Amino acid sequence: MPRTDSSAVQTADHITGGFAKPVFDAQAIFRAVMDAMARPGTIQPTKAETQPPRPLSPVAAAITLALCDNDTPLWLDPALRQSAAVASWLGFHTGAPSADTPADAHFALVADPAGLIAFENFAQGTQEYPDRSTTLILQVTSLSSGAQLVLEGPGIDGRAAFAPTPLPRHFVEQWKQNRARFPRGVDLIFAAPEGIACLPRTTRIRAMEG
Amino acid sequence: MSTQDQNIATYNFAYLDEQTKRMIRRAILKGIAIPGYQVPFASREMPMPYGWGTGGVQVTASIIGPDDVLKVIDQGADDTTNAVSIRNFFRKVADVETTTETAKATIIQTRHRIPELPLTEGQTLVYQVPIPEPLRFLAPRETETRKMHALEEYGLMHVKLYEDIARHGHIATTYAYPVKVEGRYVMDPSPTPKFDNPKMHMSPALQLFGAGREKRIYAIPPFTDVVSLDFEDHPFEVQKFDKPCALCGAEQVYLDEVVLDDRGGRMFVCSDTDHCETRRAEGHVGELGVKEAAE
Repeated sequence: MPRTDSSAVQTADHITGGFAKPVFDAQAIFRAVMDAMARPGTIQPTKAETQPPRPLSPVAAAITLALCDNDTPLWLDPALRQSAAVASWLGFHTGAPSADTPADAHFALVADPAGLIAFENFAQGTQEYPDRSTTLILQVTSLSSGAQLVLEGPGIDGRAAFAPTPLPRHFVEQWKQNRARFPRGVDLIFAAPEGIACLPRTTRIRAMEG
Repeated sequence: MSTQDQNIATYNFAYLDEQTKRMIRRAILKGIAIPGYQVPFASREMPMPYGWGTGGVQVTASIIGPDDVLKVIDQGADDTTNAVSIRNFFRKVADVETTTETAKATIIQTRHRIPELPLTEGQTLVYQVPIPEPLRFLAPRETETRKMHALEEYGLMHVKLYEDIARHGHIATTYAYPVKVEGRYVMDPSPTPKFDNPKMHMSPALQLFGAGREKRIYAIPPFTDVVSLDFEDHPFEVQKFDKPCALCGAEQVYLDEVVLDDRGGRMFVCSDTDHCETRRAEGHVGELGVKEAAE
């Protein structure tokens, strides 16, 4: 989408807003993601030290900067793809090539989870190499005000619960199918203003309440 | 001191460059998401030889931050060459606090033991792994073992354990004893004594495994089912020791044999030096130990 700003302002926009301390910020964000992935349903607070162009959120941008580089094709959902500023900001800060199709993506960045295409469109990995799958970074507005998801599985002592919103359509059913593909399947990272939560493919959703 | 400061400045924090760290971090996340599955990664040359823990060092370097407290053990001991040099390495390249106390550490890098003190939720245990593939000595080809993991075809491993029974009357595997993680992947717990296998089951700590030479990373998330393979009529058992630790009198811990003279004299002491020292400081004395002088 063409922008009306002068090109000089645009360039400055794309260069600023990254990590202030790239080494330590990336480490802190990664540790939050690692702890969230190891303990599904827990919310790992984080200081997102990025200022990306809208509609990319600061937390989702921080996760992308911490994990993506020129080795990881990145897929943007339509809401993000509409913004030329987002693509060039991500291009400048990560160098990640854009994935032509969701099945080529190592990471998918989703600003509008409610409008997301089905999980099965993304790379699922193979039975031999289940790690060759897409990790989805979902920008959500809250991790506690949606319908309660009760979780079980590795990383969870008994049961855990969190309530992200908004969620992709038919989320519980889609997740059940994703779980059935194990060891193949996608993993989810939820980026909310209050922190980071994850659903690795091993997690089972017992119930959805509210 | 000033020359040492300059030395630190010539390295990136924690030695590895940022792109390498990102690559390893992505592998760690996949490993956690697929417990027990060996994720290939582009292992780097490290300033120490293969077999000295290059895999564990790369994992530790990728997760460690300035606030972490690092403990390194080698066969349970904090004071052996490998442990001391890796601890010094991270003190130099990451300027982090190091400790020998299990309870104080946030990251514990280990070569072949799990500390006796139960680990807690905030801790991460990083294993140095020489041969990550549990099926490697049964099927030498990577393409074959990969297919076996893909198809969940682990019959060969049970045959191997059965052959142990046929030959020795019991399962004679005492270390690197294969486990099944979350009912799916058979995994090599690295050459830890099988004594430590039960500690991996439902551990509150995150367990990460790095194999530098073989270029594999794998993981066990906290509170994950880890079952040692066995048979109904030959259930899994850990080693038992006849006597308690000779220095601190601890029972139900893993003991090392120490030869005392050339006439057959020997003693058995805790392999976990921190555990032994803590107990002795608390006043526990074994049959060959001396009472600690009151401080």
